[in-house]
Amino acid sequence: MTARTLNPVARLLTALIIAGALVLSVDWVSALTALAGEVLLFAAIGVKPRAALKRGAVVALAATLTAVTILLYGQVSGTVYWHFLLVTISDGSIALAAATFLRVLAIALPSVILFIDVESTELADGLGQVLRLPARFVLGALAGLRLVGLLGQDWQYLGYARRARGVADHARVRRLAGQTFALLVFAVRRGSKLATAMEARGFGAYPRRTWARPSPFGAREFALIVAGFVIAGVAITVSVTMGAWNFIGAR
Amino acid sequence: MSSPHGTGASVTAHHWGWRHAGRAAWAVRDLDLRIEPGERVMLLGPSGAGKSTLLHGIAGLLGGAEEGEQAGTLRVDGAPPTEQRHRIGMVLQDPDAQVILSHVGDDVAFGMENLGVARDEIWPRVRTALDAVGLNLALSQSTSELSGGQKQRLALAGVIAMDPGLILLDEPTANLDPAGVLEVRDTVAASAARSGATLIVIEHRTEVWMPVVDRVVVLGADGQVIADGPSDATIRRHHDYLVRSGVWVPDTPLPAITRRRPVPSETLLHAADLALAHPGDPPMHIGLNFEIAAGRTTVITGPNGAGKSTLALTLGGLLPAPAGRLEAGPDFAPSPARRNPVKWRSKELLTRIGSVFQDPEHQFLTATVRNELALGLKAIKRPAAEIKARTDELLERLRLAHLAAVNPYTLSGGEKRRLSVATMLATAPKVIILDEPTFGQDRRTWEELTRLLAEIADGGTAVVAATHDLDFADLLADARIMLPDWETPGETTP
Amino acid sequence: MNTQPTDTTPGARALRWRVVDIVVASVLATAAGLVFVVWNIASNPISAPLTAALPGLQALLAGGWLFAGVLTALVIRKPGAALYGELVAATVSALVGNQWGVLTLESGLVQGLGAELVFAAFFYRRWGLPVALIAGAVAGLALAINDLILWYPGSANTFALIYTVSAILSGTLVAGLVSWFAVRGLAKTGALSRFASGRIGPDA
Repeated sequence: MTARTLNPVARLLTALIIAGALVLSVDWVSALTALAGEVLLFAAIGVKPRAALKRGAVVALAATLTAVTILLYGQVSGTVYWHFLLVTISDGSIALAAATFLRVLAIALPSVILFIDVESTELADGLGQVLRLPARFVLGALAGLRLVGLLGQDWQYLGYARRARGVADHARVRRLAGQTFALLVFAVRRGSKLATAMEARGFGAYPRRTWARPSPFGAREFALIVAGFVIAGVAITVSVTMGAWNFIGAR
Repeated sequence: MSSPHGTGASVTAHHWGWRHAGRAAWAVRDLDLRIEPGERVMLLGPSGAGKSTLLHGIAGLLGGAEEGEQAGTLRVDGAPPTEQRHRIGMVLQDPDAQVILSHVGDDVAFGMENLGVARDEIWPRVRTALDAVGLNLALSQSTSELSGGQKQRLALAGVIAMDPGLILLDEPTANLDPAGVLEVRDTVAASAARSGATLIVIEHRTEVWMPVVDRVVVLGADGQVIADGPSDATIRRHHDYLVRSGVWVPDTPLPAITRRRPVPSETLLHAADLALAHPGDPPMHIGLNFEIAAGRTTVITGPNGAGKSTLALTLGGLLPAPAGRLEAGPDFAPSPARRNPVKWRSKELLTRIGSVFQDPEHQFLTATVRNELALGLKAIKRPAAEIKARTDELLERLRLAHLAAVNPYTLSGGEKRRLSVATMLATAPKVIILDEPTFGQDRRTWEELTRLLAEIADGGTAVVAATHDLDFADLLADARIMLPDWETPGETTP
Repeated sequence: MNTQPTDTTPGARALRWRVVDIVVASVLATAAGLVFVVWNIASNPISAPLTAALPGLQALLAGGWLFAGVLTALVIRKPGAALYGELVAATVSALVGNQWGVLTLESGLVQGLGAELVFAAFFYRRWGLPVALIAGAVAGLALAINDLILWYPGSANTFALIYTVSAILSGTLVAGLVSWFAVRGLAKTGALSRFASGRIGPDA
């Protein structure tokens, strides 16, 4: 079994469940438990290790930076190790920083890892058929998303034009701003033409539309969602039992 | 909703008019027209006559009260077009704008999904439609990799699959190369014959479409019907008016352009064993050898995807060549150590090699026409008086004086093209490189541009044009660079 | 042709989203989402010295994540545009990958709601510069409250205050002012001809 074949909506919901549960507390116990569960889950559904590591590294970097902020400016408690101007490193801030690091990892990893290999058309099919979101919005967004991907060539030509017109030697920021605006014009123009083309094929003309590609949502998808609940539940339980639960609302 | 298979839809317009919101003038006014089921009609007329507005109106795409004001009535099969969407399909001009989904099969199925066709009926019809347009592609084929002609046929397949009674085409071949034009024309003819649908085409390339249509409707500049009748007779009777309107009337000879080729002519760019490549792609065309000389026109020809645009960008100093040598003449290069244009600074390029892209809008940097012309001169820090004099001169020469304060994006197609050429001329480069300068233009603009380029060449500038347009090449080319398939090297013929 | 966009729309204007509204809003929001991704990366090195200077000041970068909603709303001028813009932009940024993962959607929701409430308070009729600035400010406030509760729950009170003020300032300037100028520039190019935001003349 590969992660690829699981319904993207199921993957989305699982990531949301885990994240929703973990965000409620800042403690290293719930985060670590969840992380362990997540790694098991990824292995069980067959996520590709190389892509996972690559994406995981990006998240780890971001987690580190967030943790460092908390380390330096977090709530002060316990022994103070270093104090300089507004920076205060204390027992409390060290603990919070460690918890934050793990928490960011635990929350962000499922989103990123579960979404490797998601095909946007499949996601749109899922959102429209499984979650019954309005088709006009789902498909309009899908078409728009696809269009943005094609703007890369426009960006290249806009760059060439600036070089050919003699303005590419200096003033980089100003030129980039101008180039970005020009790309915005192209984006809106192409979007409008695309909308006309979609309407020319009957889009939005009738309230009920059919879906050519099915979006199967079966036992495996439910199992994934249940796994999400289990991970979230276990993480919260372990944390509360060990007395480490630190609700974000409580100060 | 079921649609009767194989019957065409009728179109009736009675005193119909449309005014776009935000504009004072009516695009179309008092139009009366009746088209019977199964008829095949071509709409002709000058640019701005409202042909496109009429077609969009018939398709029900003009929008409601939010987007404009309607007068009179327009009916398809007796009902307003917005209620007959399942009977109407339209193919537009821009191949890229009509690709909706990433895979071929999904894109063709899109129309049917919108009409509520059951899933098990959709996929067989997708295959039938693809076969009807001659696209033997896998359903999972990526749409962004198709050529312009293939994309237009894909759009047509999407429309055919909906089984419409009325097929509308708004300049479907304007942005295609000659091979693509014929592909699309043949496909349309075949499907109209097979399904008995009514066909309305807007085109200015009448020769191509004459075999397909049996009736011609000519619109005047203010949106009124000037002529309406069988195709051959009507075109012959209004021959002069049509030529003046910029329509490519069949059997009209090309204008004669006399050239004064200045001698001597120095070699400005020299290519030896040149290879071309797009950034990140493997090299194509190894071993090109040619020279670009002052006062001469060179035309780069070749089939779609052969690399004409890549060569144009490389000559313009915008793309590096992966192998071989491209060198400017010793007097042309800014310094003897840097002979390859790709190593020149932006301002050095500005005064030596001008590049005009396929899409003029890529090159607009400012908010008014006058500023566009002045930009290059300001970059090389010319005094204000000189800038004013030069921009005035260019505005006059290219008939843009009345548009000096207008935003470049709001110009018409022909005006945008003239402006993009004018901005290059401002700094008087010795080489001008154009990528498909005559793309999709009506006859008047075409002739204007061809004469202008001949004039520029006679003035001593080297003109290089990458083009599909064989008429243009025949009229103008002093030398040709023919890019064939990627294996064999190119050659020049004097 | 004078293409200054007006700042009010006359009453009885259809509030239903057309296909062109959905597609262009999606294009704008997706492009904004990609900018978010770049901004995520760019802001990390910049926020460290800002935080060192004055903790909480890193919220000055917040505007880079708030403009999606305001820009979309100013172009589309329909109810829900601000919310849609932020949500789609946040989704794109989450799918590409960042440190907040799926919770980016929740951020987008909250930030979008902030701007949306402002436009709703003006009955979706006023789209001029003052409204744009206020919408940006409120979106900044929403972002600050959201971040402080979810991501910086252990922070000191001075931090929270500086963070909130910086976010509001950034929202006003980047999300409000810059978006408004961008839409005005767009209108002048004629790209918004199918929208009320691009029109003057007899019907604007």
